[in-house]
Amino acid sequence: MSKKYLLEIGVEELPARFIGDALNQLKESTISILEDERIKYENIKTFSTPRRLTIIIEGLDEKQEDTELELKGPAKKIAFDEDENPTKALLGFMKGQGVDISSIYIEEHNGVDYVFARTTKKGKTIEEILSLNMPKAIRSINFPKSMKWGGKNLRFARPIRWIVSLLDDQVLDIDLEGIQVSNITKGHRFLGSSNIIIENVDNYADILRENFVIVDQEERKEIIKYGSERLAKERGGNIQKDEKLLDEVTNIVEYPTPIIGRIKEEYLSLPPDVIITPMKEHLRFFPVFDDKNRLLPYFITVRNGNKDFIETVIKGNEKVLGARLEDAKFFYMEDIERPLESYVEDLQKITFQEKLGTLYDKTNRVQKLAKKIGEYLEVGEETGKNIERAGYLSKADLITKMVTEFTELQGKMGMEYARNSGENEIVSLAIFEQYLPRFSGDDLPTTTAGSVLSIADKMDSIAGLFAIGIHPTGSQDPFGLRRQALGVINIIIDKKLNISIKELIETALYIYVEVNGLAFDYDIVKGEIQEFFKGRIRNMFIDMDIRYDIVDAVLAADIDDIYDMKIRANKLNEWLKKEGLSEILTAFNRVANLAEKAVSDEVQRDLLNEDELELYESFYSIEERVEGFISKKEYDKALDNLVILKDPIDNFFEKVMVMVEDERIRNNRLGLLRKIYNMMIKICDLSKIVNK
Amino acid sequence: MYFQDLMLKLLEYWGNKGCTILEPYDTEKGAGTMSPYTFLKALGPEPWKVVYVEPSRRPADARYGENPHRVYQHHQLQVILKPSPDDIQDLYLDSLKAIGIDPSKHDIRFVEDNWEAPTLGAWGLGWEVWLDGMEITQFTYFQQVGSINCDIESAELTYGLERIAMYLQDVDNIFDIKWNKDITYGDIFKKAEYEHSVYSFENADVDTLKGLFNTYEEEVKKILDTGLVLPSYDYVLKCSHTFNLLDARGAVSVSERTNYIGRVRNLARLVAAKYLEQRKEMDYPLIKREGQ
Repeated sequence: MSKKYLLEIGVEELPARFIGDALNQLKESTISILEDERIKYENIKTFSTPRRLTIIIEGLDEKQEDTELELKGPAKKIAFDEDENPTKALLGFMKGQGVDISSIYIEEHNGVDYVFARTTKKGKTIEEILSLNMPKAIRSINFPKSMKWGGKNLRFARPIRWIVSLLDDQVLDIDLEGIQVSNITKGHRFLGSSNIIIENVDNYADILRENFVIVDQEERKEIIKYGSERLAKERGGNIQKDEKLLDEVTNIVEYPTPIIGRIKEEYLSLPPDVIITPMKEHLRFFPVFDDKNRLLPYFITVRNGNKDFIETVIKGNEKVLGARLEDAKFFYMEDIERPLESYVEDLQKITFQEKLGTLYDKTNRVQKLAKKIGEYLEVGEETGKNIERAGYLSKADLITKMVTEFTELQGKMGMEYARNSGENEIVSLAIFEQYLPRFSGDDLPTTTAGSVLSIADKMDSIAGLFAIGIHPTGSQDPFGLRRQALGVINIIIDKKLNISIKELIETALYIYVEVNGLAFDYDIVKGEIQEFFKGRIRNMFIDMDIRYDIVDAVLAADIDDIYDMKIRANKLNEWLKKEGLSEILTAFNRVANLAEKAVSDEVQRDLLNEDELELYESFYSIEERVEGFISKKEYDKALDNLVILKDPIDNFFEKVMVMVEDERIRNNRLGLLRKIYNMMIKICDLSKIVNK
Repeated sequence: MYFQDLMLKLLEYWGNKGCTILEPYDTEKGAGTMSPYTFLKALGPEPWKVVYVEPSRRPADARYGENPHRVYQHHQLQVILKPSPDDIQDLYLDSLKAIGIDPSKHDIRFVEDNWEAPTLGAWGLGWEVWLDGMEITQFTYFQQVGSINCDIESAELTYGLERIAMYLQDVDNIFDIKWNKDITYGDIFKKAEYEHSVYSFENADVDTLKGLFNTYEEEVKKILDTGLVLPSYDYVLKCSHTFNLLDARGAVSVSERTNYIGRVRNLARLVAAKYLEQRKEMDYPLIKREGQ
């Protein structure tokens, strides 16, 4: 009969952000234990609250299947005496393996007869397997931050205080550093019993519910979501979607009861972000909006408990919010006493990075770089002015009281204060948009000025930090340079900017020399940043489902114009779906291999023999057309023309010996191949394509 | 409940749970953790249970007595339980009942908070405890102190007494807290807040303070060489407070700041190591052995 197993790890309140991942790890390691031990099961469920991680396995085999074994014993001649009776040697073997004489048979092995025993190895029971392995599964859970406690040789995010281990209705003992293992769990801290006996795995969720714990995280999430929406609706408002906050709140309560409180009217004249940020970030409150997206004077929070004494809880929360908003109001009012512009000089007091100067220096550099990018893109006079102004004001909000207190408001307050100080809307918006995208999948800048400023800010950080040797390595990327590089690439592609990434890098580095007098090895740093961008582009294109060999073929060609690279990758991706390309790839592969050895791409026509001439003429017959298509970015058509060279190339390699003694002839032939290679590489390096 | 009763109730509660009740340590400091009763005692294998109130000075938080929530000096009630008992959270929640906060009538939460004190080379994992959304206690399992891994993990409970009192007395301004029936928090501290604010932000002589920092730093090293732990630790505390004053005065640039913090941390590490050496030589007198 199949069995059910329940493991509940009882803990002191786990950090909300760790719970989902820890539960997944527990599930994954349990699955691999069962697979390794050849145990079949029907179903695995996982549950979590801040105080417990639970896994339930249903339809479990009772034991492993038995296995048939053939065991080799002593040679026949020492196993039996003259009277064919078992000797001590055989008796010892039988005793050792736990078999009797009926299991014994003789078989020849390398020309000698040996005694063998046929026996069945009993499969391990599910009890043995689980009690041995579940402690390992618990130990294997990895947290971003973990601790030790009580002198135990174990790390966990917070102390484990109890374990429930139950196979159907029996406690299955496991050994984890002497932590109590039983069928006793704890309910809600204040409303439930702290001594609940689970009679049977099937009772688990129900008995916890009676004790004010809803163990299914999805159910809690629904209660919070719908309960909050209902409360908002009753006041004529709604809740904006915020999965992150919803998940966090789900993971900090065991028995959720959404409640609604009031925001004092006097705070509602503040900019919405000034109110919303402390609400969400510090207090995990949901703001309530009307259908025109205006903030209403309510907040919703979720009590960990039932409705008893709910008025006290609401009043307490209102009071806490009041104190927070009083602070925020104070900061805001202080900040707007001066125009945003007046904060710029103060940036000299704040270090951006020890070797890269102050935020004032950064402002200067970003402004210069943004201006250059604007000129390069020919944005026109007015936009150019806006870019320069936004660049000048870009970091001013970092010194305001509001942003010092709530760093996540950087840019947002800059925009707010810029508007307040009478800056135009493009400038104000660009100050906010310089930080976009803030995370993967975030909005990109909507304005040209914002896009340019965002690229300038990010390129400046990347260039400077690389120049002083702070590169992202492995999991270490303290300044988020990978994210910033991806941001630059995304903006370029999204806005279809034909901009040279190489020139961007060069300009950004040059500005460091100009503004900071920074000393570094220019060529090495430039190379490193180019490689860094290549790596980002490669990952990004592969994420876009472009074949990795195509990505490499395009990257080998050129990493200058990112938008153009994407076009080439897409065209090549399509083009390669055509039939019969494998031979063509072989031909270009041979060209690429030898072209590397060429000293130049000069060809003297009079040195060519008949077979070489065929290739030479074919090349010149297509050259102009191919170049034409490349300049129009019609890369597929360029490739169509390039493959006309396939037969001449094959013929060339069949008839012509390239690496001859005569240096002049050899270099001439290599030069011809180099010419072909140079044209191909303007599109991509076809030799990088994996020939299927 | 009056402020003084709040202190007395908590001292009494933890005293009954086996904690030694101590008086504040008499050198300026920014937090109860910096008292040698916590910083040093958290090190090594000896058990230690203590409760004390610690007036804590934070010059940067000074507001001339004008802000209803922030002050130059506040009071922490500090509990150290080493080793941390398995039912520590329940003990803590019972302490709230002792001061008239019935958890079942409120919303009490343990919200992730990873405490770190860079000047002490100390960190731990734990929570902020929320009472209906308000942070009333910092709850930490020490993992490292003085840049040294803890042999036995201590649980540290730091109650923010003013916040709790404001909640219990339902007042919105810290200076309205009733210390007892006759006298308010403002009566005692408002003038002090003003004077310390003026000093910290306007008057403190930067050169003098920088000189003092250097002198104190030298003194720590000199005393430590003679093998005396506690007097040298007093000067670590003086370094720390002097740095806090300089910082509030706006006299420390960002890179200088890192440098100062590093210097204090280094001193704290030296003293911690010496303390451990000393306790070992003394054969850990607080470890109760059989037959004693």
